[in-house]
Amino acid sequence: MDNHILESKSVNVYYDDMHALKNISMKVEANSVTALIGPSGCGKSTFLRVFNRMNDYIEAFRMDGEVLMEGKNIYHKKMQVDELRKSIGMVFQKPNPFPKSIFENVAYGLKIQGIKDKEFIQNRVEKSLQQAALWDEVKSDLNKSALALSGGQQQRLCIARALAVEPRVLLMDEPTSALDPISTAKVEELINELKQNYTIVIVTHNMQQASRLSDYTAFFYMGDLIEFGKTEEIFRNPKVERTQNYITGRFG
Amino acid sequence: MSNKNTEKIIEWLLRLSALVTVLTTIGIIWVLLSESVSFFQQVSIIEFLTDTQWTPLYKDKHFGIMPLVSGTLLTTFIAVSVALPLGLVIAIYLSEYAPKKFRKTVKPLLEILAAVPTVVYGFFALMVVTPFLQTIIPNLSGFNALSAGIVMGIMIIPFVTSFSEDALQAVPKSLKHGAFALGSTRLQTSFRVMVPAASSGIVVSVILAFSRAIGETMIVAIAAGQQPRLTANPLVPIETITTYIVQVSLGDVPHGSLEYKTIFAAGMTLFVFTFILNNISFWIRKKFREKYD
Ligand SMILES: Nc1ncnc2c1ncn2[C@@H]1O[C@H](COP(=O)(O)OP(=O)(O)O)[C@@H](O)[C@H]1O
Ligand SMILES: [Mg+2]
Repeated sequence: MDNHILESKSVNVYYDDMHALKNISMKVEANSVTALIGPSGCGKSTFLRVFNRMNDYIEAFRMDGEVLMEGKNIYHKKMQVDELRKSIGMVFQKPNPFPKSIFENVAYGLKIQGIKDKEFIQNRVEKSLQQAALWDEVKSDLNKSALALSGGQQQRLCIARALAVEPRVLLMDEPTSALDPISTAKVEELINELKQNYTIVIVTHNMQQASRLSDYTAFFYMGDLIEFGKTEEIFRNPKVERTQNYITGRFG
Repeated sequence: MSNKNTEKIIEWLLRLSALVTVLTTIGIIWVLLSESVSFFQQVSIIEFLTDTQWTPLYKDKHFGIMPLVSGTLLTTFIAVSVALPLGLVIAIYLSEYAPKKFRKTVKPLLEILAAVPTVVYGFFALMVVTPFLQTIIPNLSGFNALSAGIVMGIMIIPFVTSFSEDALQAVPKSLKHGAFALGSTRLQTSFRVMVPAASSGIVVSVILAFSRAIGETMIVAIAAGQQPRLTANPLVPIETITTYIVQVSLGDVPHGSLEYKTIFAAGMTLFVFTFILNNISFWIRKKFREKYD
């Protein structure tokens, strides 16, 4: 794996006295899907948030180690966090559209970058909604409030919103856990298409989803990275017994 | 005495105090209404609403409420234009920027500011703000709507801040995180996501501020003069509805006379204003609650 875009080096995370991530070193391959799996509370979401510094807003959070994006330490003092997040987008577990119109939601990221060109924004909004497989359902009423959409549509809207600024990496924290099976299938299909152009890191508690979608899988257990490798190998012959037990559903 | 009896007594006491409140309100409205009706039997509503002079205490009597309404609205608008921007900025700072500990100490302090007796604010307007403003605006009268309005604005800042801050805190954290994750700065998150999402609560705070300002008496009585005048000029003395009521109540106008009844007509007007404002804010709050449920 030499075409990696993200790398964590000996990352330790603490919430007050609780050691939530223990010495995690891992590389994320560019233009691939990496799944983070493990029982709940093992640190998957924490690790995901390490990459776009969303843990910074948690008061109890402390971290040591290094996190590199294309070789640059994103925890460096001079790092501009808002710039970083323009190249690392995030989709949350629960859809969180802004109480604005569908159009304004998708255009938001462009507008805060100071882009004023109406035609450019219009085109990008359409393109992102198409990428998120939502365009056909909403094209006739882009001015409708995003809150009027169904849960599945809201989540695809949030994906479109993240894609509109053309990030390099997309972090997804259990993006389908709040969705019905049909919406879930749509989002999975979407992830499969997006990996041509994006690097995706996805947290999931669904083993089938991990094996269907991902190229690499990382198994976490109580803050430790137990096993990391090609998804095929992890699922076909895991090296650690605990991984085996988790994947086959014997615990978790 | 058994527990059950204590319960019963407490229940009755609570019921009684609720009853007293309701009866008082009904009593006030009844007195206002009946005295106003008797006023309007002697003065036509048309004259009341259209005459441009209010001189019920003079020989040449006019009963046009407009000068008092204009005085009231003038000081109120000045107050709200001071309180809204400042109150909102402080609320945004407290809610989005300040550390939690700072917020927890400053908010109660601000609320103490709201508890300073208004007579103190009134003298502050008259003795400090007006002389200061006169150095900038030489033709400013000693009594004027401007200083009274500004100081009234300062008085209601904590009001706007407190309500707006509550509204900002009520916005789901997931929206804030969504905005940050898209690369918004704190400023962008505050003004493009948090404030719009809290807008109905903020509007309610402004309406309540309006209704507080409309009913404010002491500051305007001390610092704005007592000259009913139909004007939008903030530099000259004016009179508000509340001030007029105080002036007549304290004066030697005989009870039951037409002059005396004017204060009920004026009070009725005030009541209508605040009643409408409170209803609007109630309606917005109800709608707002439905949206987030
Ligand atoms: N904001 C927080 N404050 C304190 N502890 C937290 C916080 N978020 C998560 N934790 C703790 O860190 C551990 C890992 O949590 P998390 O990363 O959410 O796990 P996962 O996503 O795998 O379920 C858990 O024990 C959790 O209780
Ligand atoms: Mg999680």
